[in-house]
Amino acid sequence: MNDERPEQKNEPRRNFLASVGAVLVGAVASIVPIAAGATALLDPLRRGRGSSNMVLVTRLSALPEDGSPRKFTVETDRVDGWTTYAQTPVGAVYLRRTPAGVAALNVVCPHAGCFVGIAPDGSRFACPCHKSSFDLDGAVNDPDSPSPRDMDSLEVEVRNGEEVWVRFQNFLPGREDKTAV
Amino acid sequence: MNDFLNWLDDRTGYRALLKGALYEHIPGGARWRYVWGSTLTFAMFVQFVTGIVLWSAYSANAQGAWESVWFIQNQMLGGWLLRGIHHYMAQATIILLLLHLMQVMIDGAYRAPREVNFWFGLGLLAMVLGLSLTGYLLPWDQKGYWATKVATSIASMTPVVGPAMQQMLVGGAEYGHHTLTRFFALHAGVLPAGIVALVVGHVYLFRRHGVTVPPKAAASPDGHFWPDQVLRDGVASLAVMATVLGIVLWTGGAHLGAPADPTEPYSAARPEWYFLFLFQWLKYFPAGWEVVGAQVVPGLVFGLVAAMPIIGKWRLGHRFNLGVGAAILAGILMLTWLARAEDGADPDFMAAKVEAEAAAHRADALAASPTGIPPGGGLAMLRGDPFTQGPKLFAANCASCHRYQGHDGLGVVPDDEPSASDLSGFGSRAWLAGLLDPERITTEAYFGGTEHARGRMARFVQRSIAGFTDAERADLAKVIMAVSAEAALPSQAVADSADATAIAEGLELMTREPIECTRCHTFGEWTEEDVGPVLTGWGSREWMLGMLHDAGAESYYGADNDRMPAFGVEQTLSRAQMELVVDWIRGDWYAGPGQ
Repeated sequence: MNDERPEQKNEPRRNFLASVGAVLVGAVASIVPIAAGATALLDPLRRGRGSSNMVLVTRLSALPEDGSPRKFTVETDRVDGWTTYAQTPVGAVYLRRTPAGVAALNVVCPHAGCFVGIAPDGSRFACPCHKSSFDLDGAVNDPDSPSPRDMDSLEVEVRNGEEVWVRFQNFLPGREDKTAV
Repeated sequence: MNDFLNWLDDRTGYRALLKGALYEHIPGGARWRYVWGSTLTFAMFVQFVTGIVLWSAYSANAQGAWESVWFIQNQMLGGWLLRGIHHYMAQATIILLLLHLMQVMIDGAYRAPREVNFWFGLGLLAMVLGLSLTGYLLPWDQKGYWATKVATSIASMTPVVGPAMQQMLVGGAEYGHHTLTRFFALHAGVLPAGIVALVVGHVYLFRRHGVTVPPKAAASPDGHFWPDQVLRDGVASLAVMATVLGIVLWTGGAHLGAPADPTEPYSAARPEWYFLFLFQWLKYFPAGWEVVGAQVVPGLVFGLVAAMPIIGKWRLGHRFNLGVGAAILAGILMLTWLARAEDGADPDFMAAKVEAEAAAHRADALAASPTGIPPGGGLAMLRGDPFTQGPKLFAANCASCHRYQGHDGLGVVPDDEPSASDLSGFGSRAWLAGLLDPERITTEAYFGGTEHARGRMARFVQRSIAGFTDAERADLAKVIMAVSAEAALPSQAVADSADATAIAEGLELMTREPIECTRCHTFGEWTEEDVGPVLTGWGSREWMLGMLHDAGAESYYGADNDRMPAFGVEQTLSRAQMELVVDWIRGDWYAGPGQ
């Protein structure tokens, strides 16, 4: 290596141009696979968010009369990468009767995304992971609750007097605002 | 031979390389305390070997991940051992890394001129944790799925870029095929490549600076890497391997839960034990402070550790660093202990663990059954299993009136009195004998809670049958056998064929006085007066599905129906769901090998 040094000193200009050239040529050549890779890697961002269609979840008759919540699986068509599922379970909701009709809550905890359960005595919702706690209407009911917002309510429509349709969506956890995934 | 080696050396210079590698000079001689780095290199070698073979059998997609891991675990020759070694060596690596790091801190080996090497080591720690995190998801079982969901949720909380970052990591808006392909690319490609690069740099810098000689060793004679230190390294590596192998044999290998199901609650979701402290830590951060708890504080702590070489330059810096290290360690141990203690004292969590274990066993049994794993995968397999789905559907749809062995199907006894029959054993001789027992027909296990307690059937049982002679009772027993045979219960198949003669007699007796079922019930061509439910195929799969579809249909209760909903007509339940409930009540599900 050392014996090249004198040469460098003799031709600094040519050497400088060669260095710039080498870096440029190398960069241009390398950018092709990197750009191609990054483009494909960014694909999920292009695909946008999950669907938010109204989904027929159940019949009104399946809901307890006393207004206590019951878990229902939400089944709808779903495309996952290269597989298209017809009417497959995509999530779950708690439905309950209210004076105004039917209310729906997504079962996913707004804190960190666990599956919120109903406490054994049926008095509240309790998350098994980090102990978030909610009233049966989905409101945070514990000042120490780690959940930043109430359970995510979903739009419900009762059609033909008996069909319970829900606009099923998931929301980003861990933030105060409800941002659809 | 010598000529060849001389030639090879001339062309490659391998002797100098080998000499440099093997005859590294060790001031103060070989020591046991220098083995930790080598055991880590060995652990990584084990992970590469086992990992690449696992890779050759693993399929990274939502309908193939759990399935291929199940196959590795249960069908491949020594697959459970291979996976067990990979699983437990990963955990050993974490422990060895921490020991290595502690030693470096205590010895002050992070200080000049070894700062960069210390940072390389921290980089390796981060990458190994990344491997653990990504590897946890790959089996795509309930445990890994829900634990990783929390991890990606935390990633999404990062200010500004969080949502995009989560979407990139998950490979879309929801967990699916691309979550696995991406996690696998990280686990088997990106992170191992990074680890190789860092290990090369780490070892190069280590050789450049040499070992950190403890003061008491300064007087000892110098030694060489080969063979003195290599022997010690080898013994230590063997000890690590033996320990891991012992744990694999002791535990029977790595655990595989039930297939991941986004619609099925998993209350036993916990990260791997070495992340439990972070899990516990997150509990203490109230709403709005998650990012601080999950990202800022751990980031600052990691930054503080990374700054140790700089802090160490000050007069009391080393002591300060040791204090910080001890505090972090104590904090981690404390939080881990708290997490364990809280879970241990939580009956709901312990119950959830038992439930998760049962689901895992069931998935395993179904996969090993003659029908095996269908093309739809393990989840489709589990969702089509009457044994697991039947009780859930029963509890949700039937238990508001009916009972199953006195409970709601899932073992919970509802507060309200039952208002319809107990359906455990429905269709069997025992169930029917109870219905036709004057003492029992109006108890709550049968018609007690219904209008039928005052109906013609109850009257017939309580007036006519109550007065039967012994001979008539013997005839009744044959009728019971005959009607129950209509149900064709799998559990009664042997008895039904053994009692074929009695059943044939019973079929005759059904149409004659004094029992004469056909006076009110349709049976075969006998349709004199159709009042009660049809007895043709009574209790059979088709019969029960018809009852569920529309109990108020003419051939069932007709106008006499008492509150039994028309699940099929009203579409409260799908055909598949009704089949699951019926098959479960009839005991028509795969019971296990040899049954």
